[in-house]
Amino acid sequence: MKALIHETVAGFDIQKVRADFPILQEKANGHPLVYLDNAATSQKPRAVIDAIVRYYEQSNANIHRGVHYLSQKATDEFENARKAVQQFLHAARPSEIIFVRSATEGINLVAQTYGRAHVGAGDEIVITAMEHHSNIVPWQLLCDEKKAKLRVAPINDKGELVLEEFERLLNPRTKIVAVGHISNALGTINPLEKIIALAHAKNIPVLVDGAQAAPRVPVNVQELDCDFYVFSGHKAYGPTGIGILYGKLALLEAMPPYQGGGDMISSVTFEKTIYNKVPHKFEAGTPDMSGAVGLHAAIDYLNNLGLENITEYEHELLTYATEKVSAIPGVRLVGTAKEKAGVLSFVIEGVHPHDIGTILDQEGIAIRTGHHCAQPVMERFGIDATARASFGLYNTKEEIDELVKGIKKVQEVFG
Amino acid sequence: MADLRELYQEVILEHSKAPRNYRELKAADHKAEGFNPLCGDRFTVFLEMDGESIKDIGFQGSGCAISKASASMMTQSLKGKTRNEAKELFERFHQTVTGHAQHQDSLGKLTVFAGVSEFPSRVKCATLAWHTLQAALDGKQEAISTE
Repeated sequence: MKALIHETVAGFDIQKVRADFPILQEKANGHPLVYLDNAATSQKPRAVIDAIVRYYEQSNANIHRGVHYLSQKATDEFENARKAVQQFLHAARPSEIIFVRSATEGINLVAQTYGRAHVGAGDEIVITAMEHHSNIVPWQLLCDEKKAKLRVAPINDKGELVLEEFERLLNPRTKIVAVGHISNALGTINPLEKIIALAHAKNIPVLVDGAQAAPRVPVNVQELDCDFYVFSGHKAYGPTGIGILYGKLALLEAMPPYQGGGDMISSVTFEKTIYNKVPHKFEAGTPDMSGAVGLHAAIDYLNNLGLENITEYEHELLTYATEKVSAIPGVRLVGTAKEKAGVLSFVIEGVHPHDIGTILDQEGIAIRTGHHCAQPVMERFGIDATARASFGLYNTKEEIDELVKGIKKVQEVFG
Repeated sequence: MADLRELYQEVILEHSKAPRNYRELKAADHKAEGFNPLCGDRFTVFLEMDGESIKDIGFQGSGCAISKASASMMTQSLKGKTRNEAKELFERFHQTVTGHAQHQDSLGKLTVFAGVSEFPSRVKCATLAWHTLQAALDGKQEAISTE
């Protein structure tokens, strides 16, 4: 780590990129921080931190309601952030972008509005066996309420969706398909084009959980033709507390509102309330303005580096890490899909992942250990937990070498 | 900086690899299941009581080195103890692993877990089996959870 090689990889200068992230200068337990927990949350570049400070120092006021200068300025910044997200996802219109708290809230919103309006007793919702709890539990809540059934498409031993089984689950009672773009526990990239084509052939709308994908691969919701797409700002180098729901305009317009309050109405009397048009219909109350501005800065940052460059660079990191880590005797990778991104889940023979995490932490290496909010995935592989290293655009091969050394140290302690 | 060897002492590693009393008690009259949803650790503690005394004790389940060694050494230290002695020992054990102990020497072999106090994220690992024991002694039916 002392002699990081100055190299330009995949179209950007990694040393310059690292210098953009103040937290990477921190030490952890006396060692330079090696942050490999990006699937949980990413670190923030100076540009994002500065944008939030600048918003509070120069622009803060409540939006969409004041006549004064600052209110207009804050409104413009908020709506410009919406446009930036629209372009980031390649959506057709800014009004198809709803600001929410997180990917989780986006899924809950769809389940509680579109879902409650369209799912009835005996109907079915199809998900996959690799979903994060956030793409399981909102649908379970809906199924419980409506006496509907949650059907789960299986995955194979590599952690890939079994497409034929998925197709077999689709039937006239299927009202929604909800599927992750990239699995947080396994790194599997799902074949969205095929999934969406199969569902649409039966007129079933598809929600895509893009929490892991938005910071890793270019997303084009129009080309994908997905009906809903959600992601979280904080996993995409933006702030916590802001997330995005994309929905096709016709669907959003037909959906009942989610929460009631200010901003989501166009007129209120005690007898009747007329709801505002989309996207405002789904944005009750004062939103996270600074979060939207911070997310805008994160998107600008990603665009400057280029999503294609990031994809390529992280792929190189993952390939290198896969090679190095799987070469260690006694280490087994969990999740070996052909199409993979960002995540290396592994187990070490005779060592519980929790102990791996503690020992690596003493070396300054931050990884996640546990079930990764995907207990059914753990069950599928017959394990309680894994250790997971997940990569971001600022990670280096030298950091992966540190991880490998750390794993060997774990084996020494337990030797 | 906390010392890894303070946490992973030889005796702890040894118990985690070859846990004692790792068995289901056919004659158990008390049992409880404990679960740490954060890391997936899951243990069942079995008790055979003779009046107020613990006649026999065993456990089964899966977990990290700390939780497994703690369960193993707990079973060793409790055989023949009364219900109240067991609860009192848990009290002192808890104080030790959270760094609030007054007299560490009164813990005997269990003193090896004092290093856990330097690793706050691991306290629940060390106490999972003990919480499960308490639930078994209290006759709780539902699985207990650290969260």
